[in-house]
Amino acid sequence: MFTFSNLYYEFRRIWKAIKLFFILSGPGIVVMVADNDAGGITTYAATGARFGYHLIWFLVILIPVAYYVQEMTVRLGAVTKRGHGEAIFAGFGAFWGWFSLIDLLIVNWLTLVTEFIGMTSAMRIFGVPPWLTTIGVYFLMGIMVVKGRYWTWEKIALLFCAINLIYIPGAFMVHPSVHDIIHTGFMPHMPPGGFTNDLFFYIMANIGTTIAPWMLFFQQSAVVDKGTKEKEIPWGKVDTFLGSIMTVVVAIFIVIVTGTILNGVNIDDAGQASLMLMKTNKYAGTFMAIGLFDAGFLGAVCISLASSWAFGEVFGWAHSLNNKIREAPWFYATYFVSLITAGLVVLIPNAPLVLITLFVQVIAVTLLPAALVFLILLLNNKKTMGEYTNTLWQNIITSIIVVVIVVLSTLYGISTLFPNMLK
Amino acid sequence: MLKEFFSHNFAKVREINRKYAKPSVEMSPWVKGSLLFLRFYLILLVGLLLYKFITLL
Repeated sequence: MFTFSNLYYEFRRIWKAIKLFFILSGPGIVVMVADNDAGGITTYAATGARFGYHLIWFLVILIPVAYYVQEMTVRLGAVTKRGHGEAIFAGFGAFWGWFSLIDLLIVNWLTLVTEFIGMTSAMRIFGVPPWLTTIGVYFLMGIMVVKGRYWTWEKIALLFCAINLIYIPGAFMVHPSVHDIIHTGFMPHMPPGGFTNDLFFYIMANIGTTIAPWMLFFQQSAVVDKGTKEKEIPWGKVDTFLGSIMTVVVAIFIVIVTGTILNGVNIDDAGQASLMLMKTNKYAGTFMAIGLFDAGFLGAVCISLASSWAFGEVFGWAHSLNNKIREAPWFYATYFVSLITAGLVVLIPNAPLVLITLFVQVIAVTLLPAALVFLILLLNNKKTMGEYTNTLWQNIITSIIVVVIVVLSTLYGISTLFPNMLK
Repeated sequence: MLKEFFSHNFAKVREINRKYAKPSVEMSPWVKGSLLFLRFYLILLVGLLLYKFITLL
């Protein structure tokens, strides 16, 4: 009897913790899954097609990389109740504040264009014209915020995060060799051919897609908007850790799909990969296209919000998803203007879309190092962070991660500017 | 109306500049060094972008 009551008590305790987690989770999972945006899907699809399963182990390393960087935004947001944009203004003065804000606006808008490129190319596979996709996306994004409740927005976003897992059944459909995945994929080794410039480029691309500037701004603002308290930081960390696992799991399954079916094929974009997959396995290709649309959509939702939050914080406008449109007109105006203009660019005939896609990578590296360095410096400000200041070990780990990200993403940006540099 | 919009926003920008004129983070040698590194880094990147732009023309 005593054992039963103990078991029941344990069950109630665990169930209560799970329920609490579902209430407090959100920003971490959403930002991490949205990190697998249209550009990210293309990078993973191309990696699988070029190197097969050989770089899966490298993707696993990206779990702690993404976690340690994003976890800092949880602490900073929960303790200071400020978004990253406002925190930079307050911490380092107006010069660095304006630089970060304007750079963020440019990078986010260009990235938004790439999300629309991904969404329209995915829907074109199903015969949906780009104009209809664009209008549909505007409509869906309007619905997500029109209720004026953060909770509603977050739950819809989490639904789209769940759709992102479509790559998992997609991978099972192509019947990969589990033996090969375990022995070739998860054992750290150098792919055949050794350390070539090509391999270096793909490593840089994969790291570049793991941490983007908008992610820091988005998660910190989302933590503030959700009203996360200091005592809830451990839950925020679990949320971020689960999100970082999800993002890498999805990436691995994309690599498995293209590594199984399209091994050795040169892939320029995920839409093209979906069409190629359809020739071999109709459902796997369809899942790839659905996943691409979903990835672009999630990316667009988060990126446009990251800009609106940052501007709202600095300009002192009402800037919460808990506000109705008439209560926070400038916040929603920024959200819709960036969204609508980015969508319209894709509809312009002969628009330089490839140039925009390349330009994003270059502009992003002007903001990423600054945003990361500011993050570490702010987390070391004992006056504001108190007991949540970075420990010595956290500083060592995050500094190593930041240095590696800065060096590799800079080389990636420069190699985009000067393509022959690494050849 | 346009004039009013711009004058209102310029006033807002001036207000933000005043509000954040003094950085709240203590300017220790580490912080100063990091900010100096960022300045050099950005000058280098902007230089490369300009070089690419000029050579493309």
